[in-house]
Amino acid sequence: MDVAIEVAGLVKRYGDVTALDGVDLQVPRGTVLGLLGPNGAGKTTIVRILTTLLRPDAGRATIDGVDVLAQPREVRRRLGLSGQYAAVDEYLTGFENLDMIGRLYHLGRRRSRERARELLDQFSLADAGDRPARTYSGGMRRRLDLAGALVAAPPVLFLDEPTTGLDPRSRTEMWGVIQQLVAGGTTLLLTTQYLEEADVLADDIVVIDHGKAIARGTADQLKAQIGGERLELTVTDPGRLDEAGQLVTPLGVAPPVTDEHRRSLTMPVAGGVKALRQALDLLESEGLDVDDAGVRRPTLDDVFLTLTGSTTEEDAS
Amino acid sequence: MSTLDVVNDAAVVAKRNLIKIKRVPDLLVFTTLSPIMFVLLFAYVFGGAIDPSGGGAAYREFLIAGIFAQTVVFGATNTGAGLAEDVKKGIIDRFRSLPMAPSAVLTGRTLSDVVNNVIVLVVMSITGLLVGWRINTGPLEALWGFVLLLIFAYAVSWIMAWLGLLIPSPEVINNASFIVIFPLTFVANTFVPLDTLPGPLRVFAEWNPVSSVTQAARELFGNPDPNPAATASGAWSLQHPQLYTLIWAVAVVAVFAPLASAQYRRAASR
Repeated sequence: MDVAIEVAGLVKRYGDVTALDGVDLQVPRGTVLGLLGPNGAGKTTIVRILTTLLRPDAGRATIDGVDVLAQPREVRRRLGLSGQYAAVDEYLTGFENLDMIGRLYHLGRRRSRERARELLDQFSLADAGDRPARTYSGGMRRRLDLAGALVAAPPVLFLDEPTTGLDPRSRTEMWGVIQQLVAGGTTLLLTTQYLEEADVLADDIVVIDHGKAIARGTADQLKAQIGGERLELTVTDPGRLDEAGQLVTPLGVAPPVTDEHRRSLTMPVAGGVKALRQALDLLESEGLDVDDAGVRRPTLDDVFLTLTGSTTEEDAS
Repeated sequence: MSTLDVVNDAAVVAKRNLIKIKRVPDLLVFTTLSPIMFVLLFAYVFGGAIDPSGGGAAYREFLIAGIFAQTVVFGATNTGAGLAEDVKKGIIDRFRSLPMAPSAVLTGRTLSDVVNNVIVLVVMSITGLLVGWRINTGPLEALWGFVLLLIFAYAVSWIMAWLGLLIPSPEVINNASFIVIFPLTFVANTFVPLDTLPGPLRVFAEWNPVSSVTQAARELFGNPDPNPAATASGAWSLQHPQLYTLIWAVAVVAVFAPLASAQYRRAASR
């Protein structure tokens, strides 16, 4: 197997806090690895180590066969990084931002200019290319930042939460752009908090929590592991919540979890909409009023609930 | 990495910083407005009290070199604030992930701040000429006076570069540098003759490099001291202000350039 990113036993500590506790990764060339996890899980630390910004306390890593710790400058020639916060210079125009990066990759004056124009076209920024970047929308800045990572057409690309903070439309646009890139054969390591994003973009997913890889596999494998859809019901009378739980239990693949405070119950189901209709019919026949009901797909919360027994809320720090 | 690459990278970064001056002219307007305000305040509010006989004219001659020195020190905070902002916005991360010369970000920044200072000095010189300041020496001496001020400012830039990377918050940098820079530029011969200062303060002022660069500039511009007897100082630093300023500048760069570079390699956004 031709491996583009190889990571073994990566450890990083900050004082008493262990940010990374022995992470191993392998990304075959031309594939996309999604690092999925809540804030503070260690995703960004992994990216920072692999892009030579941070030195690990233990472990080793190679990018495109080059040792990250021994030959950082050689590694930098082979990678593109787009960080969590669009690192564009807002006083420079889009063109100037990209031209500057080209010059710093030593592409030469002429080639840097050409490449900047090419990328502005490719990322639908041609019209805005000569405006200062501070006039750009959030989505445009992210696209410009991503374009910056691609100036030297690196074989390996790192995107750290490329859509965090974007509105849904910009997010979908960004996904389209990333999918095009990947189709061109770039190896991509992507971090995200969104299961849906990893699902759309990644070939393989590694779930990170407390600096450890707690699960890995394709999106389908992970979903199978955490179960399918969830039925959610909110009853009007909190006193009858347990009664409602007992009524719907036969419809689920596992017993429901009730939340007294929110008057709600959540239960994994196999049938989706069909189970929802049956549940509502059952409750209505017993005269049990329902305020809200729905079927939803598993979220990152569910992944964590299943894999670690805690929610992302608690882990987010 | 060839020397050519190192020079190219620093030039690219410096150009990027200079574009900001062009795009946000307000920044330059305000960095020059405050020294103009200082010239006018000191010249006309204190001038009459300090130098009643001449109606403040002699004090104005005396004052300008001091304001020059103060302004270039204040200008150095831009170096720190600019770097702090770059760290905060992740631009330093982007630079550090590129196969560029690591030194380029800092040399590019400090060099572009020299250009900034040249512009500021030109504007202030014109203001000075308008309020009666004159260069009473030859062009070469005057030029050396300005170059010395720029060398001094360049050295202070490196201290601020280190601070800017150490404390990556532009707001904190601005406030923190204020409490250092104010005493540094006031406990000196910039605005008042040294003999008015009490003992320990006077010793501090005599060895304060702001005093020596001011003294050197005054001598090189031929701006007479209105009260030579009172300001005469036996301190070596003021007997040899040009040499002392140069030694100080070289020493500061020798200490703070490596410190700032080490901090740059560690710099992490947030």
